[in-house]
Amino acid sequence: MAKTEVKSEITGAVWKILVKPGDVVGVDEAVIILESMKMEIPVLAIDGGKVTEILVKEGEAVNEGQTVAIVEV
Amino acid sequence: MFKKVLVANRSAVAARVLRTLDKMGVASIAIYSEADAGAPYLARAGEAHCIGPGPARESYLDGKKIVELARKLGADAIHPGYGFLSENAAFARQVHEAGIAFIGPNARLIDAMGHKTRARELMMGHGMPMNAGSGVLPADEAAVAAAAERIGYPVLVKPAAGGGGIGMIAARDAKQLAAAVTQAQSMAMRGFGNGEVYLERLIERPRHIEIQVLGDRHGRVRHIFERDCSVQRRHQKVIEEATAPGVPREKVTALCERVAEMMAAIGYDNIGTIEMLMGDDGSFSFLEMNTRLQVEHGVTEEVTGIDLVEAQIRSAAGEALDTFLPAAIEPSGHAIQARVYAEDPVRFFPSPGPLKTFRPPRGEGIRVETGYAEGGTVTPNYDPLLAKVIARGATRNEAVARLEAALEAFTIEGLKSNIPALLRILRHEPFRAGAVHTGLLAEAQAT
Repeated sequence: MAKTEVKSEITGAVWKILVKPGDVVGVDEAVIILESMKMEIPVLAIDGGKVTEILVKEGEAVNEGQTVAIVEV
Repeated sequence: MFKKVLVANRSAVAARVLRTLDKMGVASIAIYSEADAGAPYLARAGEAHCIGPGPARESYLDGKKIVELARKLGADAIHPGYGFLSENAAFARQVHEAGIAFIGPNARLIDAMGHKTRARELMMGHGMPMNAGSGVLPADEAAVAAAAERIGYPVLVKPAAGGGGIGMIAARDAKQLAAAVTQAQSMAMRGFGNGEVYLERLIERPRHIEIQVLGDRHGRVRHIFERDCSVQRRHQKVIEEATAPGVPREKVTALCERVAEMMAAIGYDNIGTIEMLMGDDGSFSFLEMNTRLQVEHGVTEEVTGIDLVEAQIRSAAGEALDTFLPAAIEPSGHAIQARVYAEDPVRFFPSPGPLKTFRPPRGEGIRVETGYAEGGTVTPNYDPLLAKVIARGATRNEAVARLEAALEAFTIEGLKSNIPALLRILRHEPFRAGAVHTGLLAEAQAT
């Protein structure tokens, strides 16, 4: 099984975590919602699969390109 | 006149208000969050005080802390700028109760305009042109469907307590309606803490035209003409101009005059803007009223020569409108503003970061409003506005050409800006021809 990293495309803060380890997500499904500059931006899973790890907490700051979750394809 | 004014805001608008206070010889206090420590706008103030951590609710939205600071420092007025607490009636009351003047309208009017269906009812009673709409929707699905039928599809589901284009969803038929209502309710709850939504007839490809008004504490209201703010992304303005291109002057002037009379009838007593939509048949309908200084006030200043911030302050200090406004106001030439945002120019995703290079343009007819400087950092805490670039010209063509040249010369490195998107729209043929509407930016992006 291949592991894929779900990466944030923007710098912001984690507003809401929508999934937990063990959940199955589809392609382009939102995993986390970030808040940045008064906008809510979803972080999407590029590949569908099972979420094995969530690497951030709600309220935590994330940088552009940072891995926020791992999905097992 | 006030002796000392606290500016309860940050960045470009704080810098703008501080500049006028300085010109008027009024002492000023700036506030800042820890994230804005060292920001260049603070240097314009007589004194600057930190009011809390970066997140806005712990700093710029903490009304109690701001009022306490104003009282402690002996401020006799507070200017709220735009955004943050500027349209918060409870804050305006708190300020008033502390014996400090609120530089804005009476709290009763902020309240009246803050709730969209109540504002519609109030203005309809004064003859404001308005498209068909409902009151706040009930829970009963059949009643909601009946309301939509009565208005006629397509309809727009809108949050009653909202504004700024957030949480609006279109429904083109009965099948789409229930889902649109549910989704809009959830967005309204999340965004505004109030899940009330209502329906309005959807106007396709409208123009956004708004009327600047100014009232005083003596019952007088005057209009200061209109602006066109049709070029938008995500229902938020990107390019604004005065006057509105291609609308017969006598028609828009007559509308401005009628609107000023209605505002006098409701007792409007400070600065405000009535936002309207213009359909392709040329008819106007009321959208909402903003009871504060507008982000795009500068284009009105450029074509009329009036300092709107000074006018707003004088009005709040009890001076009569006709003592500080010219007897006759006539717009002359054309002015256009572009909002330069820290965001990706294709998808409009936020792009905070360091301003490694930040060199705003200069030139004939060019005015730049910004709260940033080279070496500073744009944090994710606040809105993405980096600067407003305003160009004035004898004609619209000249103003647009100057704006285009200014944006080309604006050098920003360290983060992404929307300048490429702004240039694309300025070079888009329908925009050049003045054929603007709220879907134009998306169309220009697609070409």
